[in-house]
Amino acid sequence: MIAARLPVQRPSNAKVLIVDDQGNIEHQARSEFAGLLRPGDVVVANDAATLPASLSGQHSRTGRRIEVRLAGRDSLDEIKQFSAVVFGEGDFRTPTENRSKPPALKHGDRVELGPLRGTVIRFLNHPRFILLQFEGSLREIWEGLARHGRPIQYAHVPTPLAVWDTWTPIAGRPVAFEPPSAGFVLDWRMLASMSARKIRFGTITHAAGLSSTGDPELDALLPFAEPYRIPRSTALMIKHAQASRGRIIAIGTTVVRALEHTAAMFDGVVPPGERLATQRLDASSRLRIVDAILSGTHERGTSHYELLRAFVDDETIGRIDQELNARDYRTHEFGDSVFLERAANKTRPRPSRLSPHHRMCQLKHYVTFCERECLCGLLRNDG
Amino acid sequence: MNIHHKTVESIPSPLSPLLAPANDHPCNPFTDIRVAITGGTSGLGLSLVRELLDRGAKVAFVARSRDGVERVEQGLPAAHGIVGDVSRKEDIHPITMQIVGALGGVDVLINNASDLGPIPLQLLADTECEDLERALATNFLGPFRLTKAMLGSLAASARECRGAVVVNVSSDAAVNAYQRWGAYSASKAALLHLSRIWDEELSLEGVRVLSIDPGDMDTPLHAAAVPDADRSTLKSPEVAARELADTIAAVLSRRRRTNAIVQEAIG
Repeated sequence: MIAARLPVQRPSNAKVLIVDDQGNIEHQARSEFAGLLRPGDVVVANDAATLPASLSGQHSRTGRRIEVRLAGRDSLDEIKQFSAVVFGEGDFRTPTENRSKPPALKHGDRVELGPLRGTVIRFLNHPRFILLQFEGSLREIWEGLARHGRPIQYAHVPTPLAVWDTWTPIAGRPVAFEPPSAGFVLDWRMLASMSARKIRFGTITHAAGLSSTGDPELDALLPFAEPYRIPRSTALMIKHAQASRGRIIAIGTTVVRALEHTAAMFDGVVPPGERLATQRLDASSRLRIVDAILSGTHERGTSHYELLRAFVDDETIGRIDQELNARDYRTHEFGDSVFLERAANKTRPRPSRLSPHHRMCQLKHYVTFCERECLCGLLRNDG
Repeated sequence: MNIHHKTVESIPSPLSPLLAPANDHPCNPFTDIRVAITGGTSGLGLSLVRELLDRGAKVAFVARSRDGVERVEQGLPAAHGIVGDVSRKEDIHPITMQIVGALGGVDVLINNASDLGPIPLQLLADTECEDLERALATNFLGPFRLTKAMLGSLAASARECRGAVVVNVSSDAAVNAYQRWGAYSASKAALLHLSRIWDEELSLEGVRVLSIDPGDMDTPLHAAAVPDADRSTLKSPEVAARELADTIAAVLSRRRRTNAIVQEAIG
């Protein structure tokens, strides 16, 4: 595959490789993606806006230049404490695997990142992976991030990214550390056309983390834990789709991670709420919720690639790799896409290990909520 | 107050202040509603910050002057102040990030910040291009960019039946051709039409876009435009803010009433 080097979210020549549930492969223009959807489908995207999470500055004790890449947080509301990966002097122009190391960090070290001040309060099983606590008021921290931060980027895009390059058209809360780039495909015209065809659109908000650190030990830990929120409207859409045999289409790997994490907690049901996704999905995972995914093209060995293997078997993913390479698909966040239906032999798991009585108690409040929201949805466009 | 909007008839009459629910009443349409106001340190904007805080909303406001923002925050510590200039493209995303980040989303955006154009007012033929550009950047491009950057948040708000309203503060100069008001007038006319088109296009998403003319107010902007005006004939910004808040409340109430009816029906 070829690295996509230009920060264009919807290039006119973008293409999508399509794999149906029998493993058949086709290709088409990505702008026609909505044509792959059917009435009754529910499309779910990640509406997180991307924080400018690359913070340059200096390590106070040594005075050496560093770059801090914010990488995670415990909740979507957290703004004072972040997990972060620390690099030495330099920036995105150097591939992460070749970046210089920061000075040896110690517990209690202070860092000066533009107007932001922070302290290393813990190490997270790696000398460059820290828990960083910012000083100051919420207003000062938000302003510092918004004004000083730069989007995290990698050497394959040679020019500095602007914040707007990294926000999808549906971007809302600024909680992601890298863009949920599968959502670049969406625009408001596409959403309107989907609505006209009775294809429902919902969102989750998922704090997408780093895709690469350049350090094999750290990369092996990816994806880090990521908080996410499933709103009531999306939970309701999913329930309706499940009841009516509509498909649930995930726009991006973060959506799969969030929905499947919740489904695993609630025995195949997706209630609304905020949670922390900690699982890693791979070929051994059995998907309970998501029927198909639109995703970027990913390189073998990455956590995103492993997640795609939950949708297709080894033989099929091998053919996908061959097709992507043979047809010069572009990869990375501004690249082309794949649309994978869950293979017919990747069946949903058997339902409920819970007793019928227990399961009924667990669902009681959720069903009440769904009935109420159903009516709300019907009455929503009240003028 | 005039609402430049063809569907204004669909908006119920504003609630009578005497009948308005208390701020902590569950029927108060502003309870927990997240509001962003530009130009929030003087005139109508400042009055809106006060009025909406009083009504129980979570409020973030934007203004260019750090001193002004800090002064307002000192007096109204519940408000989240943001330093930024909506006429600058580079400021839009940092402003949006701080608003949506601090409030956890946004339900109501009030594009209030305005630029008069040349001061003193000039005939169009005597207006410097730079003055016209500045008025367009503040009064037209700024609201367009800010609304576009917040559209994901607003659409999410609509899906959650929270409200999702954009108010673009307009003027009778948007529809009437007054001599020497050319830069301001043309930019507000563009904003008015933008509001109409966007309201049509975004109805599918459940986002309302209103253009509201609050009337001639006793504000610094009016004083700059008409220095010798009889201030006793002008509406106070506090009254204008109350009227505008009532209009927003009416829109929000429709959603709240729908939810209440549904919940009652289900029991």
